[in-house]
Amino acid sequence: MSKVNPPRPAAKRGEPADAGRRSFFSWMSLAWVSFTASMLAAGTATARFMFPNVLFEPPLTFRAGRPEELQVGIVDERFKDSNQVWLVRDGGGIYALSTTCTHLGCTPNWLSAEQKFKCPCHGSGFYITGINFEGPAPRPLERFAIDLADDGQLVIDKGRKFQQEKGQWELPGAYLEF
Amino acid sequence: METIKDIINTLTAPEILITLAAILLFVSARYRHLFYTNKVALILFPAMFVFMAISMFDEDFYLIVTKPDNVPIVGMLFLIPFFTWLSMREAVRNDKRTEEGAPLIEKEETADKVLTWPDLVYTELIAIVLLTVLLVGWSILIPAPLEESANPAATPNPSKAPWYFLGLQEMLVYFDPWLAGVVFPGLIIVGLMAIPYIDTNPKGNGYYTFKERSWEIMTFLFGFLILWVLLVILGTFLRGPNWNFFGPYEYWDTHKLEALVNVDLSDYFWVRLLGMGRPDNILVRESVGFLVVLGYFLVPPMLLAKTIFKRFYENLGPARYHIMVFLLLCMASLPIKMVLRWLFNLKYIIGIPEYFFNI
Ligand code: FES
Repeated sequence: MSKVNPPRPAAKRGEPADAGRRSFFSWMSLAWVSFTASMLAAGTATARFMFPNVLFEPPLTFRAGRPEELQVGIVDERFKDSNQVWLVRDGGGIYALSTTCTHLGCTPNWLSAEQKFKCPCHGSGFYITGINFEGPAPRPLERFAIDLADDGQLVIDKGRKFQQEKGQWELPGAYLEF
Repeated sequence: METIKDIINTLTAPEILITLAAILLFVSARYRHLFYTNKVALILFPAMFVFMAISMFDEDFYLIVTKPDNVPIVGMLFLIPFFTWLSMREAVRNDKRTEEGAPLIEKEETADKVLTWPDLVYTELIAIVLLTVLLVGWSILIPAPLEESANPAATPNPSKAPWYFLGLQEMLVYFDPWLAGVVFPGLIIVGLMAIPYIDTNPKGNGYYTFKERSWEIMTFLFGFLILWVLLVILGTFLRGPNWNFFGPYEYWDTHKLEALVNVDLSDYFWVRLLGMGRPDNILVRESVGFLVVLGYFLVPPMLLAKTIFKRFYENLGPARYHIMVFLLLCMASLPIKMVLRWLFNLKYIIGIPEYFFNI
């Protein structure tokens, strides 16, 4: 062993100078460890801060009453404020439209006299079906999954959305035949 | 009275207003020695003032103009024309002096250079104090228009950006968000930064002149006055509920009906011109649009280099010349797209909503 590790010329083991250096290193490592630990703690705290304590988000799935409550050709605005959804019943069934403008995300208004959704921000217009026809919105309003629960109530699942430009309105769930 | 109001309401339709403003800008520059004189100012500015004062009797006009948000723009209505007029008047005078071989106004006022301290700094200090007084007084007299707390389900109608961003909001009506909200604002800043490298004309340093820099000045004034200030004014006073246009004396009727059905270029080409359906393949469908856009950015630079921009091409060299023309073409694309929308309801030249790529 001593051949592999040639003896150090200066101080011998246990002598004061060496001890000083060793204690210095242990102090340094202690400092670094605590510094790293505090940085990690601070980082975690900051990351935690990014997530709100309370989220006032309504659940993604909600019940929307019985389908018979909806009238044909009338846009139902009961769930606009609470869930950002319009329910529309047409001759063949019911669909749930998102109230988020596909341009930059404002909330359009339903103008029943003109039979269109009209966005107050840059003037996009959508037919009752959700199809965009005027203004800058690049694509139709999105639809949410709609289904009938066992108790006969409508269930809207906002976790699943259907985009017309991708041909998804034809998929099951985008439209509830009624 | 009502007929006058109706006429003004018609004239302020955006297509007419912007066209008239552009014509006014160019005609006044062409006949600047007649237009930018004291006499015209003495008629024009009081006339504007009287016009505003009389218009205040109209209820709808009064409501818009006195809205606390809109006060700065009312000030701007007077300040910007005034300073434009002032600098143009000086420029006209100087140009005349140069023609006659007389010394420039600036030279006559001070033959020497002025000192930063105290001449400049003192002036600045006084300006700072006065403006602070003005701002404090203003904020006491007209409190900030705070509204109820935000509610994502109820977007105010109309929903307006801060007044200095209304030009951008207006662009958003004509271009997709990635262009109007990202590319164009970026290009405005980059373009302004590029000016010192592109504009190699050494004239006009430290004195007013129009003749020696007419091209530079007109390009700037068009971009600033028409494409920015006018759009701010338009967005402030003429955009109402549902982002419809309203004349200054028009009641902001939420139910005003305007048929604005949009049509894409691919529709015009495949359906209306060739009488067939739109091809299923996206690239084939939008090929016309791609050709138009490519042509727009490739052909004019070459043509202009041979014709009216020959001088620039020789002075600037190819690299700087092409950057300049590219920036100019981008700037021109806004009024072009506006006109296309007004005349043909054209929505997209290239429209690929499937991949969020629309021009
Ligand atoms: S956000 Fe609806 S039109 Fe721009």
